[in-house]
Amino acid sequence: MIYAIASGKGGTGKTTVTASLAALWDRPVIAVDLDVEEPNLHLFLHPELTSEESACMEIPVLDAARCTLCGECAAFCQFKALSVMGKTLLLFPEMCHGCGGCLALCPEKALSPGGRELGQIVSGHFRTDHSSSGRAQDAGFLMGRLRVGEAMSPPLMRQVKARLPQTPGTDILIDSPPGVSCPAVNAVMDADVIVLVTEPTPFGLHDFRLAVEAFRPLGKPMGAVVNRAGIGDMGVQDFCRAQGIPVWAEIPFNRAVAEAYSRGEVVARAVPELHAVLLALMARMQGAAATSISTANPAEVRHA
Amino acid sequence: MTGIIAVTSEGPKMTDMVDPRFGRAAGFVVVDLATMAVSYVDNGGSQAMAQGAGIQAAENVARAGAGVVLSGFVGPKAFQALQAGGIQVIQNVEGMTVGQAVDKYKRGELAAAEAPNAPAGGHKG
Ligand code: SF4
Ligand code: SF4
Repeated sequence: MIYAIASGKGGTGKTTVTASLAALWDRPVIAVDLDVEEPNLHLFLHPELTSEESACMEIPVLDAARCTLCGECAAFCQFKALSVMGKTLLLFPEMCHGCGGCLALCPEKALSPGGRELGQIVSGHFRTDHSSSGRAQDAGFLMGRLRVGEAMSPPLMRQVKARLPQTPGTDILIDSPPGVSCPAVNAVMDADVIVLVTEPTPFGLHDFRLAVEAFRPLGKPMGAVVNRAGIGDMGVQDFCRAQGIPVWAEIPFNRAVAEAYSRGEVVARAVPELHAVLLALMARMQGAAATSISTANPAEVRHA
Repeated sequence: MTGIIAVTSEGPKMTDMVDPRFGRAAGFVVVDLATMAVSYVDNGGSQAMAQGAGIQAAENVARAGAGVVLSGFVGPKAFQALQAGGIQVIQNVEGMTVGQAVDKYKRGELAAAEAPNAPAGGHKG
C-alpha cells in the first residue's frame, strides 16, 4: 500500500507526521521523501545513508555543423526548448522535458542525447519502533534532492519512484511536496490513500480546501490530520464534516511537541500522549486502504 | 527613416498603451517606418503558454519582419532569442501609447539594450 502524506501549504507539520508514522509503522515499510525541493524527512528519521547517485534527464545536444535549420524539431517541441531564430537553432536545455521527440525526428541527425542533472537520489535505512512486535526493525529510506537551479521536480520524482521496490507486503509512506501544483499531484497520484495535514486556522482551512479540490478528482480515500489542534478554531473540522472527509487525528500542540521538533526528534517517540494519537492514525490509514481495495471497482484496481 | 519596429501593445492601434510585458504581451503593433503603415500581430497564444512565452513572442516578432522591438521588460531567454534573430531590443518603455513610443524612437531618444532587464519566467508586478 502506498500512503501519501500531503498538505495544501508548507509548515503544517506534514514531515513531523510522516516521520512519526514511519517510526511507529507496524508493518514492513519504506519512507520516501518526495518533497525534493526541500527534503527534510531525514532530519527527523536520522537514517543511515548508504548510497547517493545523480539523476539525469536526457536532453538534446546540437551539432550545429549538421543542422540545416529546417525547424522540424522546434515545431515539434511543445515546451519551446528549441527555436530557430535567424541563422541559429537555439537550445534552452533547462526548458527541455526530456520527451526525446526532437532526437527521433531530426532528419540530419544533428541532435544527439546528452544529460541534464536533475539532482540526487539518496537511499539508506532507519530503525522503526515496530511497537506491535516489540522489536526495532530496519526500514528502507529513499529521498530525492533537486539540484539548486533545477526548475522541474516531477522528472526527478519519477526517477525516485522508479526506485521503489515492488515488494508486496511492504508499505510505502510518501512525504509529498506541499501545495497543489504539479509536483504535489505527481506525489499523490500513485498513492492508495492520501493523508492531508492541516492547521485549525482560517489560513490552514483555505489551503486545505484547495488541496481537497485538487486531490479529490483522483478518487482515492482521503483523511485529515489536524495538527496543532487547539491553537485555532473548528473551521477545518466543520468543513470536513460537510465534505464527508474523516478527521483521522488531532495532534495537540504543546511545549513538549515543539521541543522534540526543534531537537529533530520523532515527536511520537518523544511525547507519550502523541504516541497513541499516531498509532490510531496509522490504524485508520490502514483501514482506509483495506476498504478501498475491497470496494474498488475491478477496472480501477491498478496492476492488481 | 526606414526599418520595421514592433511595439508590445495592449491593443491594435497607435493610441493603445504599450504593454510592458514582452513574452506575455497582448500583441505587437508593427510599424514600417518608411511608409508608417501599421499592422497588428496577436500574441494571445504566447500568453497562454505554461513556459516559453518569451521565446514564442520573439518568434512572432521575427516573423513580422521587425528589426527592432520596443517593450517594457524582456527576460533572458527572449533576449537571447531576439539577439540571435538580429533584432534590437529597446526596453523600459512603458506608461505611454504605442504612437508616443514610436515617436520617441524616431527622435532617437531610445537606446538599444545590451542585457535583459527581467528575471526568467516573466516580470512580476
Ligand atoms: S530538426 Fe535537425 S536539422 Fe532541423 S532544425 Fe532541428 S536540429 Fe536542425
Ligand atoms: S526532448 Fe522533447 S522537450 Fe526536450 S527539446 Fe526535444 S522535443 Fe523538446
